[in-house]
Amino acid sequence: MLELSLHILDAVRNAVDAGATAVDVQIDEDPSADTLTIRVADNGRGMSQEMAANVTNPFVTTRKTRHVGLGLPLFAEAARRCDGDLKVDSRPGQGTCITATFRQSHIDRAPLGDMPAVIMAALLSDRPIDVRYRHKVGSREFEFDSAEVRRELGDVPLSHPLVREWMRKALEEGERGLRPEEASGARPKQH
Amino acid sequence: MPKLKSLEDLQRVREAAKQEMAARSQADARIIVAMGTCGIAAGAREVMRAILDELAASNIRATVETTGCVGMCAKEPLVDVELTGKSRVTYANVKPDMVPRIIDQHVRRGEPVWEWATGRPAAFQ
Repeated sequence: MLELSLHILDAVRNAVDAGATAVDVQIDEDPSADTLTIRVADNGRGMSQEMAANVTNPFVTTRKTRHVGLGLPLFAEAARRCDGDLKVDSRPGQGTCITATFRQSHIDRAPLGDMPAVIMAALLSDRPIDVRYRHKVGSREFEFDSAEVRRELGDVPLSHPLVREWMRKALEEGERGLRPEEASGARPKQH
Repeated sequence: MPKLKSLEDLQRVREAAKQEMAARSQADARIIVAMGTCGIAAGAREVMRAILDELAASNIRATVETTGCVGMCAKEPLVDVELTGKSRVTYANVKPDMVPRIIDQHVRRGEPVWEWATGRPAAFQ
């Protein structure tokens, strides 16, 4: 995957396929510790400890279309080659939590990429799922909670085109606010 | 969500959406983008972005949905277009620059772009 955000999208899609109704996505970029931590936690059907221990093996999958599953193996590999790791914590009936760590300055670390589009892809999922998204960069923080938006909307669905556009703008604005030096027209920092 | 200073804005959006929903009973079309690992790796997210951009710039009311792997990984990104009351057409290996034509020709004018479809139903309605 060219961006870490695409691994996040993949993990969120797993949550949807696991029947989750809520997923919590957290990104913590800590420049002083030189770490980038990604956590995706869902309330889906979960899996046994044995499955959780083996799920980063490409030949272990629950899918029916074929016998390989590459999503988590690719995510784990991306973390490991950046001095990090990927942990899968899961209990049947309770949900799954995936935590991936990276050394932020590692030369092989892919850029985080387009998170607003990833959260949109999750929110537009065929099986409705609430997404709580938190992104920290040093001391700055952005939070978006679709459950809160839904409460505010009453009978209007999240998928309504006008709401969709509003959410896109809110996410893009929020993400831009985390890196004001780039938004102000300074030369964008390449990772 | 204190970070969302635009909550008042959301209330305006809610009112506008309510009025619009009262005026129209259903959406013009449903567009589905496959987003399994295969779709994501092939660029489905960029295709979804292009679809959202194109719809935002038009007055077409279409719902956009994302779904998982449908088993035709080699043909990703896959996009289904279903006009209200018509058969579903699946487009294969979709790239963002193909989106404006699909939206204009199929969604707006009701003529599927058959050369990009994965097959033509015997009786397209």
